[in-house]
Amino acid sequence: MTSTLDPATTRTPLMGQGINRLDAIAKVTGEARYSGEYPLDGMIYGWVVQAPIAKGRIRDISPASTLSMPGVLAVLDYRNAPRLSDAGDSELLLLQGDRVYYRGEAVAVVLAQSLEQARAGADALDVSYLAESHDVLLRADHPDMYTPELVNPNFPSASNVGDVDAALAAAEVVIDRVYATPAEHNNPMEPHATTAHWNGDTLLVFDSNQGASSVQMSLCRLFDLPRSAVQVKSEYVGGGFGAKGSARPPVVLASMAARLLGRPVRVTLTRQQMFAMVGYRTPTIQQVRLGSDWSGRLQALDHLAYSQTSKILEFAEQTAVVSRMMYATPNLRTAHRLLPLDVPTPRWMRAPGEAPGSFALESAMDELAQACNVDPIELRIRNEPDLEPDSGRPFSSRNLVACLREGARRFGWDDRDPRPAIRQDGRWRIGSGMASSTYPARNAPSTCQVQARSDGTFEVRITASDIGTGARTALTQIAADALRVELDRVELRIGDSDFGPAMIAGGSMGTASWSWAVVKACRDLLGQLDMHSGAVPAGGLLARADTKDDVAAQADVTRHAFGAQFLEVAVDIRTGEVRVPRMIGVFAAGHIVNARTARSQLIGGMIMGLGMALLEESLMDLRFGDYLNHDLAGYHVASNADVRSIEVSWIDEQDDQTNPSGIKGIGEIGIVGTAAAIANAVWHATGRRQRTLPIRPDRVIS
Amino acid sequence: MREFGYQQVSDVETAVATLATSADARYLGGGTNLVDLMKLGVETPELLIDVTTLPLTDISETADGGVLIGAAVRNSDLAANPVIRQRYPAVAQAVLAGASGQLRNLATTGGNLMQRTRCSYFTDVTKPCNKRAPGSGCPARDGEHHNLAILGASEHCIATSPSDLAVALVALDAVVHVREGDSARAVPLTEFRRLPGDRPDLETTVEPGALITGVSLPGLPIAAASRYRKVRERASYAFAIGSIAAAVEVSGGLVTDCRIAWGAVAAVPWRATRAEAMLRGKPVAIESFAAAADAELTAAEPLEGNAYKVALIRNVTVELLAELTGASR
Ligand SMILES: Cc1cc2nc3c(=O)[nH]c(=O)nc-3n(C[C@H](O)[C@H](O)[C@H](O)COP(=O)(O)OP(=O)(O)OC[C@H]3O[C@@H](n4cnc5c(N)ncnc54)[C@H](O)[C@@H]3O)c2cc1C
Ligand code: SF4
Repeated sequence: MTSTLDPATTRTPLMGQGINRLDAIAKVTGEARYSGEYPLDGMIYGWVVQAPIAKGRIRDISPASTLSMPGVLAVLDYRNAPRLSDAGDSELLLLQGDRVYYRGEAVAVVLAQSLEQARAGADALDVSYLAESHDVLLRADHPDMYTPELVNPNFPSASNVGDVDAALAAAEVVIDRVYATPAEHNNPMEPHATTAHWNGDTLLVFDSNQGASSVQMSLCRLFDLPRSAVQVKSEYVGGGFGAKGSARPPVVLASMAARLLGRPVRVTLTRQQMFAMVGYRTPTIQQVRLGSDWSGRLQALDHLAYSQTSKILEFAEQTAVVSRMMYATPNLRTAHRLLPLDVPTPRWMRAPGEAPGSFALESAMDELAQACNVDPIELRIRNEPDLEPDSGRPFSSRNLVACLREGARRFGWDDRDPRPAIRQDGRWRIGSGMASSTYPARNAPSTCQVQARSDGTFEVRITASDIGTGARTALTQIAADALRVELDRVELRIGDSDFGPAMIAGGSMGTASWSWAVVKACRDLLGQLDMHSGAVPAGGLLARADTKDDVAAQADVTRHAFGAQFLEVAVDIRTGEVRVPRMIGVFAAGHIVNARTARSQLIGGMIMGLGMALLEESLMDLRFGDYLNHDLAGYHVASNADVRSIEVSWIDEQDDQTNPSGIKGIGEIGIVGTAAAIANAVWHATGRRQRTLPIRPDRVIS
Repeated sequence: MREFGYQQVSDVETAVATLATSADARYLGGGTNLVDLMKLGVETPELLIDVTTLPLTDISETADGGVLIGAAVRNSDLAANPVIRQRYPAVAQAVLAGASGQLRNLATTGGNLMQRTRCSYFTDVTKPCNKRAPGSGCPARDGEHHNLAILGASEHCIATSPSDLAVALVALDAVVHVREGDSARAVPLTEFRRLPGDRPDLETTVEPGALITGVSLPGLPIAAASRYRKVRERASYAFAIGSIAAAVEVSGGLVTDCRIAWGAVAAVPWRATRAEAMLRGKPVAIESFAAAADAELTAAEPLEGNAYKVALIRNVTVELLAELTGASR
């Protein structure tokens, strides 16, 4: 029929352009439908009842009074819940027994005709417990501290090159410091929500997550179902930051409840409930030791990180892994120690590992620069490695130095007086600081289908997830470029596990991994079209791609994005207030697909880094074993007024060893280094090092 | 969340009479605090009586040169009022330093004064709290209290009042007008809220169920140069960790009159009367300001987690007084 292809020569690539989000109108008009908004016939509302003890047993649940309340249909608890099989995440084995492993764990779901009735029933549910004494405090000298075999996602927990102890003993300059970061909660805008519906033995769920394929897989394993019997839809997702990176309790509870009742069930969480049920960033305690000569050339780097996990599931944050690839040193050792506590399992939160780890490493580098009287940028340039220090592998590309130089230029770093505590502007002490950023640039297998339709348009189907990043827009651009057509001829459909397995929106791997499958399928389709002389036969043409083999065949090089952050702080040491008037970030992250959404990702990361530096902290009450400040009034994320001037830019980077589009992820690198840059700037302003986050007023005041 | 009734009323008498018909009714202002607490199960009224439909939405000038602010005046309207901005700038500044634009559009003057503490044990019904469940204990004392009281607390409760507005009002001699049953009463704001003592559940000195009809500010020339300064962890949309409203009158290099009140230090907006007494007649100098703050803070009983507030409040007091008087440090 019609010829579908524009001549390649007349078309400017869409890649790189700052195209508006294709779903912007749908989102601001409320037309975009989120998981808690699907109205299904006969739908029932579930309200989660949480354990008020951190450890112990349920002695008794007496549902009678709740069941007599208006609208209440059932109480789901361990006595009537469907049996689940282990899906490799024991935190999902909910309502399977009388044991309570952490405070806030789900012990029942009250099911009623309306949300309000379910909530009232839950408030009234009579559950008694046998509490046991619990242990919820991370401390480095705890006797149960152990060395995990692997750290997230699958790095060896320890590494060792050379003889760190001997090198430290012989070093002219030694920095030996302990840094600490608190527990932090992800707090995406949209709380977790699931609407689940069984049709005979097939399960359909609308779920807010970062990867419908991954949630589908978990549900298949939990309920012993084949893939064909489970469909997960998550077309629109209001943020995740890692808290939706895998199946979390609501999807399991809603699916069990819907099975019990034989009716659709919706389970949504409140903000308060999220603080116990969907993960958080582990607190860390880190010892960093640097040994160098007087010129700042590193002789030794030793990074030891302590973090916590729960007693039911091992999650080992890869805190010290960043030190394996950052700076050249002949002697390099990293290690992780893990403490199981009676707490919910920590999970991924934006740049797990790199975010807390870089706070320690990049702070220590600043302390070394001070000790050697070397400019912090120069110090990093002097320690720039040719090969990955830990493994000896080449980098696919590494443009840290270019970012440092460009950032310094934009910031005006050259005019900086390195002496601390000498600048005052009214009540404010002024300082500036910097740090390096980095994040791995990995790919994971994904599948994709592209269909040429006889009207000249194309439909691309991939189980990608747009959690607000702009992935929907970016992938449409990539597909249009690969097909050599304009944007409006491509319809991209995402967020549906029926489209086949794909990587989650996580690890900064989403767009990179999906783009590969999209490009591969599009190229295949173009080949098919060529065979039809460019005309789509009646009934259309379909191409499928799976990048499993392509990813496995990638060369053994190490792939990372890099960046540098420069910023200014104003500190009132009389009140403890710290403000950040100016932030600049320069990144080298492969091809940037969409200039507009990329900017949002990068400044979003830096702003979250500002929050990490100054505000974010989940306060654990040791006696009750839970996080106290469990709402957005008590848990502070950065507000608009905290962010003054913020600027990001990127350098042109061509890396043909990442994936066909030359993409490195940008979802996480923005938060890496910000906290250290702020702490370093606070030192420059006040002369006092801040080695514990957040840099609260009580830690600053004097 | 308990099912509840909702009723609009159009005059004060009906409001008070309606409240008396129920054992468990509350007045509803903007609902920005009350409704949150109802969702959390901290408040479980059976009836809400909406006071925003009462004819208490005006700000009018009074015979003594002051103003009367209706209890239902929204925080945004209060902050934007030209008379308030000119004659009582600290009041407008305090309102604007609080909450967010959306919240201020809803929140009322009466509701703001009556808002409950943000103590995290108080707002969680799974935990003990003497204020919410008398006799159950006060876990904040040995727990999380970084933003709780350093002044006027008791072993039973160390909660703080979170209101910014109340701090400015108490500094400028505000009087609260209440209706208790059939009788109307005017109570100075300094006496309106109670310190916890052994009854932290009782927060005011008026009868339970008393309706606030308005707040008046006297004609007070010193107030025209008043100022509010709030210290908070993030740059906006956060409760104070220490705040001050102050006004100073200077003549011939001496402080002839002053008003000082602190926020986030006690269960009541804290009028610093000792500091004021200490400062009157003293030379305009940093030393005088520091001595005044110290005089007030001798009564401070900080705990481990909120000890920083003593230095904070002292520093911010010295700073604001210096700013107001032009004294150089
Ligand atoms: C996220 C968040 C941040 C906030 N930040 C700040 C801040 O920084 N600074 C600050 O000062 N405040 C802050 N607030 C609190 C806000 O100012 C109060 O919630 C608001 O002022 C309460 O007013 P309202 O009219 O909504 O009261 P409501 O919630 O309607 O009522 C509060 C209480 O007052 C009672 N009440 C209401 N009207 C009357 C009356 N006429 N007579 C007797 N009793 C009455 C009610 O019964 C109830 O007990 C914040 C609130 C939120 C949710
Ligand atoms: S300080 Fe007061 S409000 Fe907080 S827990 Fe103690 S008694 Fe309750």
